[in-house]
Order: sequence, then structure tokens, then C-alpha cells
Amino acid sequence: MKYDAGEYDVAVIGAGHAGCEAALAAARLGMKTLIFSISLECIANMPCNPHIGGTSKGHLVREIDSLGGEMAKNIDKTMIQLRMLNTSKGPAVHSLRAQADRKRYQMEMKHTLENQENLFVKQAEIVDIKVEEGKIVAVETNLGAIYRVKCVILATGTYLKGKIYIGETSYESGPDGVAAANKLSECLKNLNIEIQRFKTGTPARINKNSIDFSKMEVQEGDKDLVPFSFEDEMPKIDQVPCWLTYTNSKTHEIIRNNLHRSPMYAGVIEGTGPRYCPSIEDKVVRFADKERHQIFVEPVGLDTNEMYIQGMSSSLPEDVQIAMYRTLPGLESAEFTRPAYAIEYDAIEPSQLKSSLELKAISGMFFAGQINGTSGYEEAACQGLIAGINATQKIKGKEPVILDRSDAYIGVLIDDIVTKSTQEPYRMMTSRAEYRLLLRQDNADLRLTEIGHDVGLISDERYNKFLEKKKNIEEEIERLNSKIIKPTKAVNEFLSKNGTSEITTGVKLSELLKRTELNYDLLKEIDENRPELDRQVKEEVEIMVKYEGYINMQKKQVEGFKKLEKKLLSEEIDYNEIKGLRLEARQKLNKYKPYSIGQASRISGVSPADISVLLIYLEQKKRS
Amino acid sequence: MSTIVAISTAPGIGGIGIIRMSGEQCFEILDKVFKQKNKQNIEEIKGYSIKYGFIMEEEKIIDEVLVSYFKAPKSYTAENMCEINSHGGIVIMNKILDLCLRNGAELAEPGEFTKRAFLNGRLDLSQAEAVIDIINSKTEREAKVSIDQLEGNLSEKIEKIRKIIISVMADIEATIDYPEYDLEEVTNQKIANILDEVDILLNSLEKSFYNGKILREGISTAIIGKPNAGKSSLLNIILNEERAIVTDIEGTTRDTIEEFISIEGVPLKIIDTAGIRNANDEVERIGVNKAKEIAKKSDIIIAIFDSNKRLTTEDREILDLLENRNAIILLNKIDLERKIDIKEIKKYNKPIVEISTKTRDGLDVLYEQISKMFKLNEIAIDGETIVSNERHKTIIINSRKNLDKARETIKNNMPIDIISTYLKEIIEELGKITGETVTEDVISEIFSKFCLGK
Repeated sequence: MKYDAGEYDVAVIGAGHAGCEAALAAARLGMKTLIFSISLECIANMPCNPHIGGTSKGHLVREIDSLGGEMAKNIDKTMIQLRMLNTSKGPAVHSLRAQADRKRYQMEMKHTLENQENLFVKQAEIVDIKVEEGKIVAVETNLGAIYRVKCVILATGTYLKGKIYIGETSYESGPDGVAAANKLSECLKNLNIEIQRFKTGTPARINKNSIDFSKMEVQEGDKDLVPFSFEDEMPKIDQVPCWLTYTNSKTHEIIRNNLHRSPMYAGVIEGTGPRYCPSIEDKVVRFADKERHQIFVEPVGLDTNEMYIQGMSSSLPEDVQIAMYRTLPGLESAEFTRPAYAIEYDAIEPSQLKSSLELKAISGMFFAGQINGTSGYEEAACQGLIAGINATQKIKGKEPVILDRSDAYIGVLIDDIVTKSTQEPYRMMTSRAEYRLLLRQDNADLRLTEIGHDVGLISDERYNKFLEKKKNIEEEIERLNSKIIKPTKAVNEFLSKNGTSEITTGVKLSELLKRTELNYDLLKEIDENRPELDRQVKEEVEIMVKYEGYINMQKKQVEGFKKLEKKLLSEEIDYNEIKGLRLEARQKLNKYKPYSIGQASRISGVSPADISVLLIYLEQKKRS
Repeated sequence: MSTIVAISTAPGIGGIGIIRMSGEQCFEILDKVFKQKNKQNIEEIKGYSIKYGFIMEEEKIIDEVLVSYFKAPKSYTAENMCEINSHGGIVIMNKILDLCLRNGAELAEPGEFTKRAFLNGRLDLSQAEAVIDIINSKTEREAKVSIDQLEGNLSEKIEKIRKIIISVMADIEATIDYPEYDLEEVTNQKIANILDEVDILLNSLEKSFYNGKILREGISTAIIGKPNAGKSSLLNIILNEERAIVTDIEGTTRDTIEEFISIEGVPLKIIDTAGIRNANDEVERIGVNKAKEIAKKSDIIIAIFDSNKRLTTEDREILDLLENRNAIILLNKIDLERKIDIKEIKKYNKPIVEISTKTRDGLDVLYEQISKMFKLNEIAIDGETIVSNERHKTIIINSRKNLDKARETIKNNMPIDIISTYLKEIIEELGKITGETVTEDVISEIFSKFCLGK
């Protein structure tokens, strides 16, 4: 029996990291919003690694926070270890990484959803999406409830036709024993949406009582902790360590002897797996000369004994897994709580999306997260946030929020997937960002708070605090630029004590700060009457002064980049009708429907001459 | 908008040649290369006026020129523009173009002046299609050139250089993106060493540029042959040809007097002209030994034979010198009866040009042949690749600029991600020649080199 379950603005399908951000953003922006999950026990689940952040992913989390998303705050509340990575490598690639208490992370997020005004949390499987005249009109649950909605956001993760492989065994399932969503895929196919099959995997979990940690290297968290959210004060946490061990020739031998039992190598799995998330079988085969591989042992939470064994994802049969895990120092008598597995799932071909994450072909249909062919919690969350914002913008009749490659890692990610059609699950990496000296994790708020406030997700209170911070930064830089340090005896003693050359004439304080041997805190000694500033301001001032030349260089590059980004291309354009475009360019442009001339220039098969033709076309249109 | 520059007159030797420059910084760049006879500041110079002066490379006069000034919006492109009227000749025009590029201008894309004119509202709407046609037809031509280029060994060399940098970049990026893995950290010293290696490679490419080494120094050309084969007659008629630009470069001794000539824009430096001219000189009589000596020093050999006579042992020795060299075989005296063993000569597999230094028949063919050999986008001299395409040279120069910046960054002890930014610029720049993108290349390299991930 079907029944009318009422009228809403936005329906979010899936309550993983993408779904939660999407639903919170829409509801906070005043949309009457639904969020569906096959099991409410799975809200914000981490079916793979129990950590948030890491290189470039930490950047994404801070960007999410600056736009008014939830992930940073949720991990600040539930982390059990924190490290700043890459501190020796320059400010652009510093990255926060936190071990999460997985269950607490889920509970906190679930509670946040439940308490959110305008948000309705439902346990149900969506089996059909109704489209009329190219527009979304309703979603239907497995129990026949029909919710009339204006927009739908699909954030189904790895649940679409999810199929798990462990050795010779395979069965239909989502992660962690939750049922797969089998019907929605058919619905998407019927809507003429192009689907691809992807694969990923996860390692086993092991009861820590069966681990001999004395044979492993310990990895402690940092001493000085900083929160992910720009708004949070660092909470007091009792950190727990991670551990490091290695595979050896015995491990590799077991794997090699059993390769024929791996569904990957037997050719049973057809999906494309990511290069950056190889199974241990892959590692041993592809890097045959490597004598050992690093294996990290991470706690899954405070109230559980389960430990996550990073580096050992596998689709070998359970008996082989147990044997090979037990060859690792410290894991000799390891007891499995959950075996490693590979999972295949349906994802859409993401070039069917606009940069707003709305499907080009169907108005009001948005996609976010792993269904778009990405991988990773942070990648998913940021797409969810953007989809939630843009579904709202659409309903309100406003322009979509589109971040470009010079605004944020989020912009790089979305631009990449909509212009390049990923062939394998897409992971964020700092090397993907052209302007990474500008896209730092420390300045995410400076880059994005304004946008978050304009959209309405950043409160006036937070915004005013942000303006205050910005003003403090500017004033302090100004002060450093105008303060002259004279070559007194004390100053030169200070300089030589710190291993840097003495001065003979007056020098600007900012010039001294640029020296590699010196930093902002050290300079306090010769900087009288220095104002008291908070940590974030000091950090920003230091980076902006120290790397000024390099930052300016990238700013200049961005100026050039922006010129073509600002020249917008309407979706209505039929590129077959533009004379002078080459055939390949016409086909590609009609397929991708780029948002701007800049985006068109990044589509392979569109040449500089085609770009010139487009520029002339735009000018022609403007004049006539 | 950036400032663009291009040679606007058709290639070939004309009386004058025009180099056109347009864009915001047009006059600033002009100021760096153009020394007016009566110096006026740009504010004082009116649009549509012409100034007389010299194009200078530092303290050296390159050419005496007239420069027309056009001030925005009253110019073809509606931007600040100038036209440098030079004394023609591809050598000098390329030199001036080169100076503008080095001082911050960018080489104009095909049809770019017209495109800008249109985008800046100067051209009528009906002309838009014509603009597109220009862009496309010029692009086709350019595309053809670049395809030729890709088949040559320039792209191979560029690819080799890119690979070196991509490899070290993958090392750096892997440690950045996977800090928790025990990968070997890339030291600044290692990067510095690699940059030195790359710089040597890029430097040799840059040097090889037509406009660079060759245009400055000329292609060392040896004219060899037995006594009375016609060496000095050939030299004399070439020197007397109207098309040739002749300059005497005084050497330190009489023996090294050299003639610098330009044929169809190809600069040739004839070595040992002293020896050739004095037909009755001792030097001439030494014959083959002398020929061997000068052939060794040359980039191209013009071997001249008397077609009226049978080949002698001496002739054969001279022919043997041509193996693996850039060479043209000249059969002189075609006005007389042919007695030479043409079949045997053909075996040497070198271009053969028949000529009469007396009637001047065949001279055109010789010029064409020289032009063909050296107008190609790449030529091999001493086994070196030669870059002749202006765009490619600009790319190589820009790559080296970034390389210098990377070095400076290392010297300043900057963190590795900043150094990596410049490495990326170099790869990106060089990728413009081979048409490849950085990001995917580096990421592929990371995952093929390292075993990373959960």
C-alpha cells in the first residue's frame, strides 16, 4: 500500500558523512528536510578507517567548518588522538589528523541531527525517485510512503548494489552487515543516469587483548593540540596511542600462495579499485621487491577493544587472512572480530553533474559523496555540504554556490570530478591543488567564512569574531612592516644567538621574521610593546609574512586563472551551432556543459583555439 | 590582459619587417629594448606618432628602427600598441622579438591581435566569423608544425627532462601526501643536484635555439673540394648575391677571417674563407688535409666537385668526410659536359645540387636546399637537438626562469612544498610542448613508485 507521507523541501538519501552535512545545511537554511537511512545505527558511520583528517583531508575538514558544516565540530568532540602532520614541510601542507572514537562520533552526529530544527530523521530505504517533466517531485520508501519533495540529494555511499567479497564467498550487503540498497540503482538506470561499478576494501578488526603491543612501535599524539573547528576551544582529551608493525617475507609468502583464492586476482570482481587504497595482495604483487610494508594499528574507540589494522585490506578468504595477519610481530595470536573484505558498489559517472552537484539532466536531483566516485569521509562530507547548500539555493531561486580551484580544495575536488570523469575512486591529494600555497588549512576561515555567512550557515556572532580576527591579522602585519629594529648591541646579540647574521642598519621587523632561523615567538625578545594576540592570529601573521613572496606569486597566477573562470557559459548553449569549433570540442562541450570558459579549457579535447572561438561567441552574444 | 608580441610581416627577406606588440605593458617593455634618439617619456609621446632610435641588447645596437606608437583605445586592438619597423631579415626580426619576450611580453597566439581587436569592441560583429577563420587556419598551420615537432627528437628530449622532474616531484609529493609512511625524505641538496642536471639539459636546448647560438654565431660552414673545383667562385657569387647579407667579422689573425652570410634567413659562417679566396695560396694546394681540418670544425659541409671530370682518389676522400654529417654535394660546371660518376656519388646519400658558378644556374636550388635543411624545426648539429620554434624557445626560457626560482627557494632554505611549487611550474611549462598535464603524471608516478594506502 502506498500512502502520501506529506510535503517537504529536501530529501537526503543516506546518512553517512555526505548525507549528514547535506541534511544539516538544508535544515539550517530553513528547508523542511528529510534524511533517510536504511539503519539509523549507521548514521555517520566509519566503516573503514577510524580517523578523520590527514593530508589534504584535514584541509577539507577546515573548509567544511568555515562554510558552516559539522564535521570539524563533531570530531573535536569525539577525538581520542590528534596529530599535526607534515610540520617540517611548510605551511601549505600541514594537516590535522585525529583518531575518532567511532561510536561516539556516530552518536554525537545522530544527536545533532535529531536536535536540528526542520530536520526529520527516518529509518527507511528509498526505492524510487519520481521525476515529472525533468523535475524531482517525490521519493518513495520500501514501505510505500511517498514524500513529495522539491529536491533530492543522493548520498548512498557504498550501499548501491553493494556486494561484499571475502575469498570464495560473496554476498549482497552494505558495510558492517547493513543491507544493501538494491532497488535505487534500477531507478537511476531508468532515469538514464550512467552508472559505473567501483570497488574498495577494508582490513580486519582485531581484539586488542590478543595483541602483544610490546613488539610494536608506539605512535603517540601531539603535545600541543589544536581543534579542527575555528570556533572550538581545544577540549581536554586523554589521548590513546596508535601502533606500528610490519609485514615480512612469511606474510608475503602466504599471500602469494593463496592469490588464486582472491576474487580480485581470480577476476571475479569487475569494479575498479583505487590505486591509493590497494589491498595487501596488490601491494605484494605490484611491489614484489619490497621486503616489508608498514601496518598501522589504530584504536576504534574507548569503549571497544576493536583495533583497525591499516594497510592490511584484503579480499582473501578468512582462513588465509587469519594466517597472514598472525605473521605480523605483535599479532601472533590475533583474534579477529571482523574480517577484511572488498566491496563493490554502484556509482554514477560524475561528469553528468554540474559544478553545483545537481544532475544536468534532472532539475532538483543532487548527488554527493561516494556515489560520485569519490572515496573518503572528508571528500564525502564536503560534497554533502555543497549539495545541501545548493539544493536550498535552488529552492530559494538563488544562484548556486560554486567554489573554484583557487577558493578551496572543495572547489578542486568538484571541478576534477565533473570535468575529468574519474576512472577510479577519487581521493583528495595536495598535489591536485594548483594553488596550494593559498589553500592552506590555517587560512580556510579567511578564504571561506564570508561565503558561509552570505549563504546563511555562519552566524553573525561567528562572523563578527572572524572580522575581528581578520582585522587583528592585518594590523599586526602592518605593525611588523612599519616597525624598524635598530642595530643595537642587544639586537645583534639576539640575532647571533639564534644563528642568523647581525644587522648594521635599521631593518623592518617583518624582514627579520622572513629569516628562516627566526619566528614570531622568538622575535618577542626584541619586539617591545608587542600586542597580546591569540594563537590563530599569530600563526596567520607568521605564515603571511614569512612566505609573502611565494604567496604573492600564486595570487598572481590566480588572477590569470580567474579571468576565464568569470566568463560563464549557459547550460542552454548548443555547441553544435557554434561555427568554428572542432568536432571533438563540440561533442565534449555538449557532454560536459561546462560552467565557465575556464572549466571548458580543462576538458580534454578542447583546444586553445576552441577556447578562442568560445570567447568570440560570448562577445557576439553580448553585443547582439 | 598580458602583453603579446609577434612578427607581423610575412617571412622572407623584405626591405623592412614589422614587430607588433600589444597590451597593458607594451610601452614598459618597449622602453627596455628601444633607445630613442631624442628621449621622450611615454606621457609626452602622442598616439599615431613615430620615433627614431635603436633596438638595444644591453649596450649593443641590434638594429636602427622606427617605432610607431598607438595609445589605447586608438589602436587596432584598442590596447596600447607599438610597431617596430626593423631592417627585415629573419635574423634581426627574431632577435628583436626575442628581446621583447625576454622583457616580459608573451608570444601572440594565432590570430590573437585580431581576436583582441574583436573582444575589445574594435571590430564589427560581422567580422567575428572571419576572426574565427583566422584563428582556425593559423592554428591548423601551427598544429601541423607542432606535429612535425612532436615526431622529432625535441619532444623526446623535453619528455626526458620532464620525467626527471616528475620523478623527483613524485618523491616529494609522496612524502607530503603520505607523511605517516617511512619514505625517504627528499633533501634540498638532492633537488639542487637534479635542478643542476635539468638546467644543463635545458640550457643546451635554449642555446641551440636558432636565434641563440646559430643566429649569433652562424652555422659553421665548410666549403671543401679539390683545387679548381670552384670553391672561391662559389663563395664569390654567394657574396655578390643581392639576397645575402654580408658582414666581415675580423678575427685575431688573417687565417680566421670569416664571412657571415644569411641565405633565406639561414645564417652561415663560412670558415676559412681566406684559404678559399687565395686560390693560388699554399693553403689551397694542401687540398684534402686542409679539407679534413676545416670539415671537422663545421656544422655543415658544402662539398664541391667538378662535374666535368671523373672522380679522383682525392675526391673520394672528400666524399668520405661527409659520412654522418650535414652536407650538400655540389656538382659544379654543369655548363660543361658531364663526366663525373654520378652513380657513385649517389651512394653517399647526401642531397645533390647541380650548379654552374659561371652561369649561376642551380644557385636557387642550392639556396632552397640550405633553407630546407635549416628551416626545419629541429636540426641536428654535432648531434644536438636544435630548437627553432619561437614558442618552444619561450617555453624553455620560462622553464629556466622557474628553475632559477626553485634554486633561490632552496638557497633560502624554504620548505619543500614551496620548492615543489616551482618544480610543478617547470613540468607544466614543458608540458605545453608535449601536450601533457602535470597532476595526473605526478600522481601516477607516486603510485607506481611507492606502495601507499590503507
